[in-house]
Amino acid sequence: MKDNLMKHINEQNAWHEMTPGGMIYGSGNSEHFNTGEWRVAIPTFIEDKCKQCLLCAPACPDSAIPVVDSKRLDFDFDHCKGCGICYKVCPFDAITFKKIGE
Amino acid sequence: MAYNFKQEMNKPERLAGGHRLCAGCGAGIAVRGVLRALKPEDKAVIGSATGCLEVSTCLYPYTAWNDSFIHSAFENAGATISGVETAYYALKKRGKIDETYKFIAFGGDGGTYDIGFQSLSGAMERGHDMVYVCYDNGAYMNTGIQRSSGTPKYADTTTTAVGKCSTGKKQNRKDLTEIIAAHHIPYVAQTTFIGNFKDLHEKAEKAIYTEGSAFLNILAPCPRGWRYNSEDMMEITKLAVETCYWPLYEVIDGEYKLSYRPKVKQPIENFLKPQGRFKHLFKKGNEHLIAEIQEEIDRRWEELLKLCGEEL
Amino acid sequence: MAIRERLSGNEAVSIAIRQINPDVMPAFPITPSTEIPQYISSYIANGSIDTEFVTVESEHSAMSACIGSQAAGARTVTATSSCGLALMWEMLYVAASSRLPLTMCCINRALTGPININNDHSDSMGARDTGWLQIYAENAQEAYDNYIQCVRIAEHPDVQLPAMACQDGFITSHAVENILLLEDEKVKAFVGEYKPEHYLLNAKESVSMGPYDIANYYMEHKYQQKVALDNAKKVIMDVAAEFEAISGRKYGMIEEYRMEDAEYAMVIIGSSAGTAKAAIDEMREAGKKVGLVKVRVYRPFPEEEIVKALANVKGVVVMDKAEGYSSVGGPLGADTKAALYGRCNAVVLNIVYGLGGRDVRVESIKEAYDRLFAAVEAGCVPMGYDYLGLRK
Repeated sequence: MKDNLMKHINEQNAWHEMTPGGMIYGSGNSEHFNTGEWRVAIPTFIEDKCKQCLLCAPACPDSAIPVVDSKRLDFDFDHCKGCGICYKVCPFDAITFKKIGE
Repeated sequence: MAYNFKQEMNKPERLAGGHRLCAGCGAGIAVRGVLRALKPEDKAVIGSATGCLEVSTCLYPYTAWNDSFIHSAFENAGATISGVETAYYALKKRGKIDETYKFIAFGGDGGTYDIGFQSLSGAMERGHDMVYVCYDNGAYMNTGIQRSSGTPKYADTTTTAVGKCSTGKKQNRKDLTEIIAAHHIPYVAQTTFIGNFKDLHEKAEKAIYTEGSAFLNILAPCPRGWRYNSEDMMEITKLAVETCYWPLYEVIDGEYKLSYRPKVKQPIENFLKPQGRFKHLFKKGNEHLIAEIQEEIDRRWEELLKLCGEEL
Repeated sequence: MAIRERLSGNEAVSIAIRQINPDVMPAFPITPSTEIPQYISSYIANGSIDTEFVTVESEHSAMSACIGSQAAGARTVTATSSCGLALMWEMLYVAASSRLPLTMCCINRALTGPININNDHSDSMGARDTGWLQIYAENAQEAYDNYIQCVRIAEHPDVQLPAMACQDGFITSHAVENILLLEDEKVKAFVGEYKPEHYLLNAKESVSMGPYDIANYYMEHKYQQKVALDNAKKVIMDVAAEFEAISGRKYGMIEEYRMEDAEYAMVIIGSSAGTAKAAIDEMREAGKKVGLVKVRVYRPFPEEEIVKALANVKGVVVMDKAEGYSSVGGPLGADTKAALYGRCNAVVLNIVYGLGGRDVRVESIKEAYDRLFAAVEAGCVPMGYDYLGLRK
């Protein structure tokens, strides 16, 4: 994860400690924000069944299926919101999808 | 270059996780798909109209954008990015910038078909080297599912409520892709999420790397507004294409080209049925409303086939 | 040496823009500012500048493109009037809150309702609370000088706010006057290079601009803007001093005319100050102790300077070339009264005049003073406010 240039900004800052005009310096620091807590359902990656077709990866709205060297890794659960799109597109049943608590 | 899906998926991600779009939102998928078409060595400035995408991806002090990003208002993503693009040429001409930049504006159907229409038309007509991408989810979703001119006929929205005196939105949707094609810009295309995203990727690549103005209209479903289970996204987009509700085509230098022709055109019911916003159409006695929608779909599809030089 | 010319206000600011040679200029034609984009277009056509001109389809898009361009890191200018400024409304706030130091020539014209192309200040007065700096010119010379200074003031690291250089439509923008221009090199050196710290096209560090700002941050960001506007006062004076060094012309927040021993003062903005000076000279001849405070910088408001200038007068008449429909007076009247409250015992009258190009003559100014003399004599101020030059 890259450095968060805005890490010193928080809801306790005085006015002069904040960036002018609400500018956000740097890029992609939303990675530091956990949206995984939103999940009410959760996908599970079954590596044995996965053929690495990668059809699940572009269909994820949350960039939560990392691909490295043409292979998908386990879910990024800090950001996966549990929409289930990946589970539906998987042709090999390599992703299960369950309501949390079931 | 031929589309190498796996290689494309190896590219570094340009939209970071941790944005606040709803679970299963089509906008996030559309943005990732478009940005993947950028060459990793190229830089980009991304613009967005006010809307779901903007408030979710750039919420102080967080940004989900790995490129520089600007939002200014709802109705002017076209004009705002045209200003950025002009600045690029001015600074490049004066030797103040060496890098190659690309310019992409995103807007929902509200910010594109409606309030941002003039600004978009102006930017396209002036021929800025930019891509305007509409993520069309068929209503003003950010303010709570109000109708837009991109909302399909008879859809139940919060400003075209269905009740005993109303069957939903009265008007047919405006065909924005055709309107932008009438600007005679070098590249216009309509696409959505299908299979391994080849169609969307290739169109985004052409749009970004064709000199001059380009426009992409991407059907990007909204599970909340359309009222289907979020996991069904890719089935919904497939049905939109297979029923010819959302034909895949492109217009290259004025020449229409159909990207995909369903072997058997499915009835429009198949697209309408899974969506709660059309539930009322399936009540007994409303069959004629679906027939009416079908008739309009058929008419537009035939018109498009003619434009594309396809057999009817 | 300075260059002697005979120019209209529009041509004078167009020459200032040519000398500055900004990176980008998006603009849309509207009377009476139309000549400015026309001049710039001809300068580009004949190769005397290489500014990128954006022929936008509306003023809303002009301001939107200005915002995009300045945010990208380019020095950006525009020009407009009246309804054009009104159409920019929403974006004026965005430019200021995004802390983008772009500059605009505002050629003051009445707002439509009914449509009228002549001068008053209803356009820029309506934009007085958008967070822009506003500097008003009395004549073409000041329009030229103010515009050049605006670029420096806006871009100053302690300010970083957009600036509007206003001049009166037709009266100043179209009438040809004698003027002294600075040499191109002098202007170029005076404004220098625009070097923003954070901008979209910075290859070394990306930036996101225009975020959604929740309640926990919004108020602090608005306060930052207020501090920047406060900071502008010192910067305006510093830049004026530097400008005086190259031009010999002196500028301040306000200009005082025959105020040393004045008992009756007028507060006014724009070209009518010239008419007022002529009236004052005549009235002084007749033994009346009258003087003038011309407000050059209206935003930030010159509270301290006005209080000081009016400390010893018996009566003040504040002239508004805009109807604010507040029902208690015009905007300049309201601001002046607020500044004086508790700090000055003078009788303060507020008069609305010159709407939609209604003539303002020496006699009109004298009439305004006469009303002030009567009010001071009576020792009281009637409720509400007055109109001058209205048929009754």
